[in-house]
Amino acid sequence: MLKKIRVGFATLFFTLITLYFLDFAELLPDQLNFLTQIQLVPAILSLSIVWIVSLVILALVFGRIYCSVICPMGVYQDVVGRVARLFRKKKKRFRYRKAMTILRWSVVVIVLVAFLLGIPVLLGLLDPYSAYGRMIVSVFRPIYILGNNLLEAIFTSFDNYTFYRADASILSVSALIIGLLTLITIGYLAWKHGRTYCDTICPVGTVLGFLSKYSLFRVIFDHGKCNSCTLCELNCKAYCIDSKAQEIDHSRCVTCFNCIESCNRNAISYKFAYRTSSEKVAKPDVIDEGKRKFLSTTLLSTVAIPATMAGKVTGVKDANKHTPLTPPGSKGIKHLKDHCTSCHLCVSKCPADILEPAFAEYGLSGFMMPTMKFQNGFCNYDCIICSEVCPTGAIQPLTVDEKHLTQVGKIILDLDHCIAYRDETHCGACAEHCPTQAVTMIPHKGALTIPTTDQSICIGCGGCEYICPETGKAIYIEGNAEHQEAEMFEEAEKKEFDFGGFGF
Amino acid sequence: MMDRRKFLSALAVAGVAATIKVNGAMHLMSQSLDNSTSGTPVDLVAVMGGEPGAMFKRALAEMGGMNKFVKPGYKVCIKPNIGWDKSPEFAANANPELIGEIVKQCFDAGASEVLVFDNTCDDWRQCYQNSGIEKAAKDAGANMIPGHQESYYRNVSIPKGKILKEAKIHQAILDSDIWINVPVLKHHGGARLSISMKNHMGIVWDRRFFHSNDLQQCIADICTLDKKPVLNVVDAYRTLKSNGPRGKSESDVVLTKSLFMSQDIVAVDTAAAKFFSQIEEMPLDHVEHLANGQSLNIGTMNLESLNVKRIKL
Repeated sequence: MLKKIRVGFATLFFTLITLYFLDFAELLPDQLNFLTQIQLVPAILSLSIVWIVSLVILALVFGRIYCSVICPMGVYQDVVGRVARLFRKKKKRFRYRKAMTILRWSVVVIVLVAFLLGIPVLLGLLDPYSAYGRMIVSVFRPIYILGNNLLEAIFTSFDNYTFYRADASILSVSALIIGLLTLITIGYLAWKHGRTYCDTICPVGTVLGFLSKYSLFRVIFDHGKCNSCTLCELNCKAYCIDSKAQEIDHSRCVTCFNCIESCNRNAISYKFAYRTSSEKVAKPDVIDEGKRKFLSTTLLSTVAIPATMAGKVTGVKDANKHTPLTPPGSKGIKHLKDHCTSCHLCVSKCPADILEPAFAEYGLSGFMMPTMKFQNGFCNYDCIICSEVCPTGAIQPLTVDEKHLTQVGKIILDLDHCIAYRDETHCGACAEHCPTQAVTMIPHKGALTIPTTDQSICIGCGGCEYICPETGKAIYIEGNAEHQEAEMFEEAEKKEFDFGGFGF
Repeated sequence: MMDRRKFLSALAVAGVAATIKVNGAMHLMSQSLDNSTSGTPVDLVAVMGGEPGAMFKRALAEMGGMNKFVKPGYKVCIKPNIGWDKSPEFAANANPELIGEIVKQCFDAGASEVLVFDNTCDDWRQCYQNSGIEKAAKDAGANMIPGHQESYYRNVSIPKGKILKEAKIHQAILDSDIWINVPVLKHHGGARLSISMKNHMGIVWDRRFFHSNDLQQCIADICTLDKKPVLNVVDAYRTLKSNGPRGKSESDVVLTKSLFMSQDIVAVDTAAAKFFSQIEEMPLDHVEHLANGQSLNIGTMNLESLNVKRIKL
């Protein structure tokens, strides 16, 4: 029963968050965004106290239920495991193995140290939610769009315009490689070795596992009923049941309840673990002095190293190099790097398809983080979608009015390459697209107009760069490493029409 | 089905009557009667002082009614300017009420299907929605179809073009029986004015070619396309006088409550350009695509040679 409830919730959460990531047409309600906000790493990075406290309480009450229901990467592994069962002739048998405590905490510490040193890429790569997001956006979104385009072709041939075609092309090869590697590596582990990723690598799993050791409800042996038949152990995808010793490592138990289902004697159950009676529930923990020392040393160095290295690591490239553009609301490269885990939700949701996972634009430490490119489009003046969906606070929410004054970069005009100036034919494509008229057309020769720019009112939307017909781009946006506030443009002189005549 | 049509057309007639009556311009009715009896075809209609739908109906009546253009069973494509993610007050797009009325008139004349699209500059979903055109068109029974992907366009040769020899044209234009061109009168930084001829850039996929190869000539060239609009309806209910074609704020907009209609695309644009000059100076020779169009024999800039109706509601 418990397992059925768990599977039901997991299916619901997993399906919805996956569809939310895939939903380029914005058919699903915006409220589904909460599924990304309740992920632990985004909650911590956005300092969402409510969610952090809720998740800690959830773990302290029910154990690692998060890993079996809320985390899409966790459920993905269960799905793979389930499919694997269909293909296997002989049933997979898991055998208890010891916890790799040193490895698990090393990962947590390394990720933490790197993050504090201004190298957030490790956290982004290992965070299960973000890794899952990248996998969906890079690998499955193009497939989803191809399916949509197939439906569109069928429906449109019957004059039904419910569907519209979308761009199924791959946004970034490096992101596709990362997505495929994630899919294959974690998929392989899940196929062969159950929840190995969750038990050894996943930093979220390690932290929640620590809390779960003290949770109110736990899977517990009834020593009187158990005959050590090992059925529960053989079914434990987390390798955490030692049926001989009748012990469970609750730091690895993801409360999947497979053991309870498998037991024929009701000797294992999920219940309140702090009985006041004399009934002995769990054997007291043997204090592991070595582990304590390791943890305290590494935690200390975590604090000490960044302090000494501060100032050395800035992550921003030379000023004379092209500065990458960060999305409006992200405040600039530093803020983005301090908060982004590269889940690529913004990449998927951007209606203009201009957010791309960075390769080397931000340096290695910003690998996979979103950057704005204007090859396929430009940032719509009134659009604030990326700032609304970002669960980590890397892209802070903006109102439309705030966005109108958020300068992510500045306009640069190279008149020598401009078609209107050089070829002396009319163009004006840049001014046509400029929402603030930071580029505007002024009289040049006779009827001919040429562009002129005003950086102070430019917000860096890239409309001019996108549409400039010159191959080498006579006009482009240079990113602001730190976003600035643009000045408000001056309005034109108001006029009234006298309704006198037609003029001809 | 027929009952609804009949009811709708009766409503339309009543609407025209009511509009005329409300404005107390009964002489206009006799004018149009005179016209239809004398049989002199009207080349260009200019209407001022009404609401978008009413002005359209009045102009259409002068031109001989929608039945002249739309035959029963026709698949009609309407191509408004929906270039920008702007609400109607900003006059960056054609007026939604006008589009709704045109769709309605097409169905009343027996159209089997009406399609509406534009190759927008801003994100097409936002443009369709915030221009108000999607709702107006759908409410009147039309299909809003996308134009944001190259695969919707087919290559067509433009033999009469001077520079533009071929272009990818939206399949809705190519596959419909007729199409109606509905620009909005706007200032334009590059082409100087954006009216009916400039609105053709929204039926084309690759606009960059235009900009990099003499915009003013390419605009005229695309208008030599074999499949010409049966009607050009210039929306000047609001006119974007400055900072076009997008506009910065409502200060760029003038409420002009006018509409121009003609089958002659150069003539209707010339008329609209002269009208525009009353608000902001715009010498006709600056709007070079007009003269370029005349040279390609797609219309005339000489309004004197035409039978022009000027109507104030």
